[in-house]
Amino acid sequence: MTDSTTPAPRRGVPLWAQITIWVFLIGLLAVVAMGLRRAQQGTVQPGQKIENFALPLYSGYQLDGKSEIKLEDLRGKVVVLNFWASWCKPCEQEAAEMQNAWQEYEPGGKVVFLGADYVDTEPNARVYMKKFGITYANGPDLATKISQYFRIKGVPETYFIDQEGVLRYVQVGPFTSVDQIRSQIDTLLNE
Amino acid sequence: MKATGTRRITTYKFLMAAVFAVVLALTFSHFASAQGPTPTDDDVNRIAKQLYCPVCESTPLDVCPTEACRQWRELIRTMLADGKSEAEIKQYFVTQYGARVLAEPPNRLVSYLVPAVAILLGAILLARGFQMWLKPSPAVNEGPANTNPDDIPPADPYVARLEEELKKQK
Repeated sequence: MTDSTTPAPRRGVPLWAQITIWVFLIGLLAVVAMGLRRAQQGTVQPGQKIENFALPLYSGYQLDGKSEIKLEDLRGKVVVLNFWASWCKPCEQEAAEMQNAWQEYEPGGKVVFLGADYVDTEPNARVYMKKFGITYANGPDLATKISQYFRIKGVPETYFIDQEGVLRYVQVGPFTSVDQIRSQIDTLLNE
Repeated sequence: MKATGTRRITTYKFLMAAVFAVVLALTFSHFASAQGPTPTDDDVNRIAKQLYCPVCESTPLDVCPTEACRQWRELIRTMLADGKSEAEIKQYFVTQYGARVLAEPPNRLVSYLVPAVAILLGAILLARGFQMWLKPSPAVNEGPANTNPDDIPPADPYVARLEEELKKQK
């Protein structure tokens, strides 16, 4: 006698398809979770080492004759990175203070001011810089790469990066006095 | 003689004036062709509606009321007046502000390939799933159709023995 009874095959989605679907769903959830986390993170936090970035500079607003400046070229100096735009009214409140502070620290050569022009048009940016007599290095934040890295929430925002390339202070919104800028820079210079 | 001399001077003046007029016309025509006709709001908006400003992400550029967007529209107008094509203007905006300003993603193979592969994969999975669900279950018993159930030996030896005993009692 032989056993002619065979077990019935299982109905439903095959195992390989189930695994694929689950991997796809988990991957999708991970991407969504990362996006939400990033959105809730806010700006880059003080204490974080800032990755190297390159800022192309407007002609007439170059630094030491260079048409592009890299953060790693500025090691050993305090970097004041200011995000601004010509259409931004609060930026106008601090434009004169930023320029005055730059004029104070420029002769010492230990501090560099960088203006990153955010989502702006060059003709309007030039009008703005001329209006406020800005002379420090300025250039467009091309493809908004730098502002995306810093996760800025708006303009103006100013980032103080120390001599080792570590972010030390973030100013969200405009400065109201040169003293505010000076106090942050002096803290870093006196360390 | 005097009349002839006066006529010569008049002819000379006329020729000079004509040459000046031609030079002036050529200059202006060259200037006009370099500048192109003044773009209308419709010309500007035709391109602007394909762009989104990162500052106001959910509003197309042609209807966005912010100052930043107004500046962008003016830039489009200037570029159109300079003779730039629609593609050149869009490329400039992508270079300056990133591909996210485009209403439609850039025409890259990967932009279409990834969704196409995902859809194809999903369709295969669905088809396979339906195929499995709708397929009738194969016969559990592969033996002869008219087999008497009593003739089928049970798999369990204990049951077999029990049935054997019951048959004997009959």
